[in-house]
Amino acid sequence: MEKTITDETIEYVSILAKLTLSGEEREQVKRDMGRMLSYIDKLGELDTSGVEPMSHVFPTVNVFREDVVTNGDDSKNMLKNAPGEKDNMFMAPRTFE
Amino acid sequence: MHMNILSCTAAELGEAIREGRTDAMEAMRAVLEQIDKTEEEYHCYVTLDREGALERAARVQRRIEAGELTGPLAGVPMAVKDNLCTAGMRTTCASRMLENFVPSYTAEALLNLERAGAVLIGKTNMDEFAMGSTTETSYFGVTRNPENTEHVPGGSSGGSAAAVAGKECFFALGSDTGGSIRQPASYCGVVGMKPTYGTVSRYGLIAYGSSLDQIGPLTKDVRDCAVVLEAMASHDEKDSTSVKREDMDFTAGLLEDVEGMRIGIPRDYFGEGISDEVKCAVLGAAECLREQGALVEEFDLSLTEYAIPAYYTIAAAEASSNLERFDGVKYGYRAPGEEGLHAMYKRTRSEGFGPEVKRRIMLGSFVLSSGYYDAYYLKALRVKNLIKQAFDKAFSRFDVILGPVAPATAPRLGESLGDPLKMYLGDIYTIAVNLAGLPAISLPCGRDGRGLPIGLQLIGDCFQEKTLLRAAYTWEQRAKSTSGRAVSRPGGLAE
Amino acid sequence: MRGNMGKEYETVIGLEVHVELATRTKIFCGCSTAFGGAPNTHTCPVCAGMPGALPVLNRRVVEYAMAVGLALNCDIVRDCKFDRKNYFYPDNPQNYQISQLYLPICRDGFVEIETAGGSRRVGIHEIHMEEDAGKLIHDEWEDCSLVDYNRSGVPLIEIVSRPDLRSAEEVMAYLEQLRLTIQYLGASDCKLQEGSMRADVNLSVRETGASEFGTRTEMKNLNSFRSVRRAIENERERQIDLLEAGEEVVQETRRWDDERECSYPMRSKEDARDYRYFPDPDLPPVYISQGWLEEIRDRQPELPWEKRKRYGEEYGIPDNDIEIITGSRRLAELFEGASALCGQPKKVSNWLMVETQRLLKEQGMEPEDIRFSPEHLAGLVKLAEKGEINSTVAKEVFQAMFDRDVDPESYVEEQGLRTVNDEGALKKTVEEVIAANPRSVEDYRNGKEKAMGFLVGQTMKAMKGKADPGSVNRLLKELLQHWKMD
Repeated sequence: MEKTITDETIEYVSILAKLTLSGEEREQVKRDMGRMLSYIDKLGELDTSGVEPMSHVFPTVNVFREDVVTNGDDSKNMLKNAPGEKDNMFMAPRTFE
Repeated sequence: MHMNILSCTAAELGEAIREGRTDAMEAMRAVLEQIDKTEEEYHCYVTLDREGALERAARVQRRIEAGELTGPLAGVPMAVKDNLCTAGMRTTCASRMLENFVPSYTAEALLNLERAGAVLIGKTNMDEFAMGSTTETSYFGVTRNPENTEHVPGGSSGGSAAAVAGKECFFALGSDTGGSIRQPASYCGVVGMKPTYGTVSRYGLIAYGSSLDQIGPLTKDVRDCAVVLEAMASHDEKDSTSVKREDMDFTAGLLEDVEGMRIGIPRDYFGEGISDEVKCAVLGAAECLREQGALVEEFDLSLTEYAIPAYYTIAAAEASSNLERFDGVKYGYRAPGEEGLHAMYKRTRSEGFGPEVKRRIMLGSFVLSSGYYDAYYLKALRVKNLIKQAFDKAFSRFDVILGPVAPATAPRLGESLGDPLKMYLGDIYTIAVNLAGLPAISLPCGRDGRGLPIGLQLIGDCFQEKTLLRAAYTWEQRAKSTSGRAVSRPGGLAE
Repeated sequence: MRGNMGKEYETVIGLEVHVELATRTKIFCGCSTAFGGAPNTHTCPVCAGMPGALPVLNRRVVEYAMAVGLALNCDIVRDCKFDRKNYFYPDNPQNYQISQLYLPICRDGFVEIETAGGSRRVGIHEIHMEEDAGKLIHDEWEDCSLVDYNRSGVPLIEIVSRPDLRSAEEVMAYLEQLRLTIQYLGASDCKLQEGSMRADVNLSVRETGASEFGTRTEMKNLNSFRSVRRAIENERERQIDLLEAGEEVVQETRRWDDERECSYPMRSKEDARDYRYFPDPDLPPVYISQGWLEEIRDRQPELPWEKRKRYGEEYGIPDNDIEIITGSRRLAELFEGASALCGQPKKVSNWLMVETQRLLKEQGMEPEDIRFSPEHLAGLVKLAEKGEINSTVAKEVFQAMFDRDVDPESYVEEQGLRTVNDEGALKKTVEEVIAANPRSVEDYRNGKEKAMGFLVGQTMKAMKGKADPGSVNRLLKELLQHWKMD
């Protein structure tokens, strides 16, 4: 039985993901997500009680850098890529009320 | 010109340059001539920098002559997947989002190769943000398989695989998150390796699934694979997941000797869905290795069918977060004319990303969202743990696991995109390797009835690249010496 | 607090305090944390969220967080991890903040606070490490926001209290205690005004005696102790008014407007407040071994409450002095350093309590900004003690020390301020003063004690302030007894 993804779910997830999906694309994503999630539900067949979630494949710990300044000023190079720039700052739409 | 440069492997070319039989500029000119002939049809590259490539080659040649560069790759032209940052050269991830992005830094793996004297030609085509298995999701158009231009080169490192196969470079770099080096290598008839997670620095690799991504070589043969990996692998303090290893002399694995090597053949990899031709060719390779003294045995790996759902959950979740930074503020595409902040974000991302990328971002955002995190994301991480344990168990019995790379040879262009789930299922033999952080190599092991290459996959335990290279090298040498002779029928696995 | 309907209300407050750590570099890259650079000049691919960049954890951040956790009586979580908190905002360059949700570095601590009602324990729920965001500047001309990532990636700890606070007074005492403790540890300078310490206030009200908490709001943008206090009072009244009117308090985040002294909701349709936390795959976990923990514990400095106790036993200075001096790490350092050098704790304390406080107030400075060294303060005490300078000169020297950290010894030398101890010269001057002021001499003889003060003043003036006032007094009295009026 395939999962049905509601319009509300799509709406909610697109707010999280900052995407606007409309018309055909939205319907397509609904169908594909439903199919994928039903397929992922297959994982439920496995008993994983007592199994730790593994986010890192190796048991490495404590990778640190020392507190020493190593970086200079690269702002000119970085700002070259900015869609909008002013006074050595990145320009974004207004965030203040 | 006394030699055919283009037919050289990277190691052969490097040797010829060192011995003065040719030079870096002549090699680069040869490659650029080949590109002029075939690139219009293959479309391996997103960005080609002809002038820059010749200048770089000239600089390297001077340093070779000054005795500063003496390594095996000095002067050898290379191609690099367009998700590896190149200072001063645009890096697009084959996305409209980054169409004009020029980084100010170079990926550590590439820096290592440049230090060794390899010369960058340009950036290769790929599936957008490495999401896909055919290189058809690129914003810049499809790449064709040089072995048969009606077919896809595979993906996501399709441009890199095609560039090696089409002699548009001597070797290429790719990235492998769920098979993105091995599968296109298999489809294009070249060698591709995904090293153990942490062996090659990810610094400067534009992330897709950070816990799964690993950079690796695509090469003409197994020797080149070892040589390139040896040059680019390093412990990098800029990548916290980079592993300190003492055993990165990968070329030491280039031995024609599998005497006593224990090779396991997972029955699960030869079940439903695999084409007879692939199965036959792969088992033929196993038989050949047995003849060379390997101890070949079938076994049940288990959990194979759970790798895909676990993988897509984890990869999509990480991708949804990794791709949040593309928002139209700091770099890349920004939708014009939007006044409000969130409207700008939404339009920028909706117009900047292609459908496959959006599909995975949506899925990833969903599985991490409140109320679903445990059921989907944590569940997938638990299954990952089980899959890792299954491999640990397998490697207590075997040195190498042998199987196919993909269930079938390269599909025709346009055949795959219609059904994403079906496309994802094609990754069934490559994906578990990334979940478990293992090294694996893909190398040619024959052709199907249409003449399309078939790939053989050898999987090793963590840090056992040299064992893999030994098995791969042995197979390659045997295949060369018996080429033209029919591959013997497989002995086992008759169902 | 009593509402209109005669109901009694209790305020329940929990605090989320962000503290910028005093590391030289950012939490995940080698960029400087120094204030005042031109926009984006302290940035790199990592802290500007460029694609392909990767974070590497600054060891000092972990050590500072451990030190604060130990000082606040927390359990240190031996296996802690970083998680990504996903939300879109231009000051957040990756659009996720690297923070800790599932396994924060410290848990379950407490802070002792003193209020008018006595001593109380405020529970600490947890402390986690995270990265700061960049700065947004509103550009009126273009009507847009400009982003500066110099602060992006500056290390923070967030100290989350339990909902144990009941009044603005308790909140002030709690914040003051946190500030002082963290300053002592050297983990931060904790300046609310400069943003190196920031507090978000979670507040709810309930009828006194109720066992359930009311619905709470979270107040942000509190830039000073004063605005914290004002916001608490304002929000408490707002919530009580709602309840009295039969309305419900909405759980929401509100932004405090310091100028208008009111708050408004920060909600929008686009803020789903679903942060999709998950373990950051780019950062391996942190493991804190017993050995490392002990190392940090051994390095812990003496903390304010420990100092207070010791000062009382050791120095014999008044309780009020102890309170003020231990109330600043800098003052305590100066006090202990100077006392050890000159062996005069009471004199040292006096300088710190009187002249120092006066000048700090006058110049609007914090004790932490004091420039002079304990060596120089001790030097000054010694000069005065030996009678080489008188108290007026001492004050003048102190002023110069306060302003420019001059060495009192050489300053007195250069300026020629040493007390003149030449009895003959002094006697001559006194005689001249008596001769020149017959009216005052007459007044003195007639019993007007005030005249004596005038004559001392005239003598000091003639000696350019370098005489010892005691000697002047003595000589005047002697000579006046035998003085024959012409």
